Amino acid sequence: MTRSASIDIPKLKDQARSYRREILETIHAAGSGHPGGSLSAVEILIALYGFQMKHDPQNPLWEDRDRLIVSKGHGSPGIYVALANAGYFPKEELKTFRKLGTRLQGHVHTKTPGIEFNTGSLGHGLSVANGIALGAKILNKSFKAYCLLGDGELQEGSVWEAAMTAAHFKLDHVCAIVDYNKVQENGLVEKIKNLEPLAEKWKSFGWEVREIDGHDFSALLKAFGDFGKVPHKPFVIIANTIKGKGISFMELNAGWHGKAPNKEQLVKALKELEG
Amino acid sequence: MIATRDGFGKELVELGKSNPNIVVVSADLEDATRAQLFQQAYPDRFFSVGISEQDMVGTAAGLSLLGFIPFINSFAVFLTNRAYDMLRMDVCYNNTNVKIICSHGGITVGPDGASAQCLEDFALMRVLPNIKVVCPVDEIEARKATRAFAQQKGPMYMRTSRAPFPILTKEADPFVIGKARVMREGKDVTIIGCGIMVSEALAAAGMLAKENIQARVVNMHTIKPLDEKMIIESAQQTGAIVTAEEHQIHGGLGGGVAEVVVRHCPVPMEIVGVNDTFGESGGPEELMALYHLKDKDIVAAVKKVIKLKK
Repeated sequence: MTRSASIDIPKLKDQARSYRREILETIHAAGSGHPGGSLSAVEILIALYGFQMKHDPQNPLWEDRDRLIVSKGHGSPGIYVALANAGYFPKEELKTFRKLGTRLQGHVHTKTPGIEFNTGSLGHGLSVANGIALGAKILNKSFKAYCLLGDGELQEGSVWEAAMTAAHFKLDHVCAIVDYNKVQENGLVEKIKNLEPLAEKWKSFGWEVREIDGHDFSALLKAFGDFGKVPHKPFVIIANTIKGKGISFMELNAGWHGKAPNKEQLVKALKELEG
Repeated sequence: MIATRDGFGKELVELGKSNPNIVVVSADLEDATRAQLFQQAYPDRFFSVGISEQDMVGTAAGLSLLGFIPFINSFAVFLTNRAYDMLRMDVCYNNTNVKIICSHGGITVGPDGASAQCLEDFALMRVLPNIKVVCPVDEIEARKATRAFAQQKGPMYMRTSRAPFPILTKEADPFVIGKARVMREGKDVTIIGCGIMVSEALAAAGMLAKENIQARVVNMHTIKPLDEKMIIESAQQTGAIVTAEEHQIHGGLGGGVAEVVVRHCPVPMEIVGVNDTFGESGGPEELMALYHLKDKDIVAAVKKVIKLKK
C-alpha cells in the first residue's frame, strides 16, 4: 500500500473507533487478554498497516515486504484486529482468540498470517528487527524492519543492547515505535522505573528521534514520512499515547493492563465509543 | 590432542566457502570459540554485537528469518545462562535455524574457575523443545557435527572444549546426530559418556578388563535426541549402566539416560559427574581428579552397579 495524496482524517478516526470496538469485543469473547496496550496502539497500527508498510495481505510471505516485529506481544488483540481489517484473515476468526486450536494465540505467533515472529517475553523484538535489517543489507534488499515496543518494556536491558547495535551498524532501515502509554502492569511507568528523559536516551544511543502524539494521525504520518530520509541512523518514533485510550474507565488505569471487560463493562465501553 | 573448538572453527571456514548463507553473530569471544577464523575469511558475513549475549541471539534469529544460517558463539556459561530466555523464545519457540556453539564446556576450562566452567548447559538446553544438543568426543567429530549443523534445519546446540581432547575417531567413521557409537564392546556393563569422558570411560574399561569385567563403552555425542535404541539394547545386553559427563549429575546426560532406563529397561545405574557443586581454579587434570571425573571414579561406579545386578 502507498501513502495517498490526501488523508481523510475523519474517516481514519471512524476506523480507529471501530478497531477499538473490535478489540474490546475480541477480549471480551476470550475472557482474558490485554486491552490497555491494545487500545493505545490503534492509531499507530492504522498508520503502519494502512499507509506506511509495504505489505500484501494476499501474499503474507511476499519476499520484499516490510517486516513488523511486535515486541510487545501482549498487544495481540490490537495487532489481530489490524491484520483482520487489512484482510489477512476473516474478522470472524477474532472470536477464536485465546481458545484451544486457534491461530490467534494469547501473544502474537506466526500461526497468524501477517505475524513475523512469536513474542510474549519482553525485550526481544528490537534485536530481531536488527537481524532482519542486517540480512537485508547482505541481500541488497530495500525492505524495512519495523519494531513496535511497549514503554514498560524499555526497562529491559536487552532493548538497549539492541539500540546500540542498530546505531553501530548504521541500520537506517530500522524503525522502532515506542507505544509510550505511561502505564505498566502494576502502575505508572514513571513511578515504577522512570524512563525519562526518553527522547534524550534514544538520541544519545545514536538514533534519529521523533516524539509525537501517538493518537494524532497527521503527526504519525508526518513522523513516518521522515523515516528513510536520515542516512546512517536508525529511526525511532516515541508515540505519546494513553493506555486504554477511548474508554474513560480504562484510561491510564493499570487495572486494565491485562483484564477482559465483562458484559456490563463491554456495553458501557462500546457506548462511550459511539459517543 | 586438539580442542574440539578448533574443529568447529576450521570446519566453519570450509563450509563458508560453498554456503553463502552461513553467517556468524558474535559477542566478543570469537577468539576463544574459534569463530574468529570465519571472521578472517568472510568479514562481510561476520557481525560482532559486542558483549551482549541476549542481543546476539535475537539478531541471529532475525537473520535466520531471511534464510541465513547464523552460528552464534560464546562461552557456554554466558550464552546458555545469560541469554536463556532468548534461546527459549527466539530460537526454540520460534524454531529458527540458529546454531549455538558454546566453547568452554565443563570443568576442564581450568584456571578461570567456577564462573567460566559450565556444568549445567546440557540440562538447560535439553529441556527446551525443538533443539538438538551435541557434545563432540574429539576434533574430528566436532568438524562433522559442524557440517551436520549447517546441513540440517532447526535449533542446534554444540558444546566444545577449551582443553585439548585425545583423538578417538577416524575421518571415515560415520557421524549422525542422534546415533550413538560403540567405542568398545563388552557384556558386563555399559559406560555411556560424552566429550572427554569417553576417553576416561575407555581407560576405565581397560582397568576393568584386568579384573575380568568387560565394559561396553558408548560415545553418546548427542544428548538430545538421545539414542534410546542404543540405551535400551545396552541395558538388556549388559544389565547395568554407568553414565559419565563433565556436567552436574542432575539433569544432564545421566538424567536423560535415566529417563529412558526407568521407562523402558530398569537396570542398576550410576551417574558420574560433578556432584551439585561449583568448580574452582586449577589445571584441567587436577580438577577432573578433584571432582571425581577420572577413570578410577568410573571404575568405582561400575563396581557399584555390578554388585546390584541380578
